[in-house]
Amino acid sequence: MMKKKYCISSYCHIRDNTISLNGKTIYTGQHSDLKSLTKSAYRHFDIDYPKFFKMDNLSRLGFLAAEILLTNEGVLPENEEDIAIVLSNRASSLDTDRKHWESIRDSHNYYPSPAIFVYTLPNICIGEISIRHKLYSENSFFIFDEFNPNHLFSYANGLLDTEKTRKVLCGWVDVDGPVYKAFLYLVGKEGPVLHSIEEITRLF
Amino acid sequence: MEALKEELKSKIIEQLNLEDVSVDEIADDDPLFGDGLGLDSIDALELIVMLDKDYGIKLADPKEGKKIFESVGTMADYIAQHKTK
Repeated sequence: MMKKKYCISSYCHIRDNTISLNGKTIYTGQHSDLKSLTKSAYRHFDIDYPKFFKMDNLSRLGFLAAEILLTNEGVLPENEEDIAIVLSNRASSLDTDRKHWESIRDSHNYYPSPAIFVYTLPNICIGEISIRHKLYSENSFFIFDEFNPNHLFSYANGLLDTEKTRKVLCGWVDVDGPVYKAFLYLVGKEGPVLHSIEEITRLF
Repeated sequence: MEALKEELKSKIIEQLNLEDVSVDEIADDDPLFGDGLGLDSIDALELIVMLDKDYGIKLADPKEGKKIFESVGTMADYIAQHKTK
């Protein structure tokens, strides 16, 4: 049986104070940290979702990349769409885990913040994207030592081949202290870029 | 009491990351939850921690929170009566 071919319809990068969509820079700034960058970009793109400001850096990064990419795809928050999410990174939720640790390491000053604690799992980032865009299909978050296009490729193809979903939002969303990078792409039946390990690697 | 209310409004905005809300926009009797400031369950837990950390008040019965956190005014009344620091 011939294997089905899928395509990448859009992709988005957030790195080095720059946001690009399908390879074209759409926002750039001079921000000292990710929090400042994401806040400024939120304003720039006129996003209206106050819960954004309660998110940790990992969720902000993933949310923002997904927002830009899905808006470009015409995926509206008010519509239910059949899109799975498969994300990955290296640092898991370590950036927020450290903040939580800071709040509990002194037994004489032990005040864990519930608002921080709820983000001490990387897949909460997927939850924030899912809530925003009403995505109820499959989702997974994988932790790798480095970007793993082979795994993302085969996992997305598996979901599409078995008709678990119509499209898959895939990629890498990583935050570790001052270092951050997001690369999200949408895989489906149509699009200008062939969904292949080579192309995913090239775009990353 | 007025100073305490203003202090609470600032703390609520800062600690709950209410980016688009200013102190002037919060009335003393605005509901904190539901149609008012629209706080959620995690915010409620954050307020309980704030009472403990900043005012030395430990809520023994979480059900108490419903009345205490009705508004900035009810919070200020409770804190004024029960604070230990």
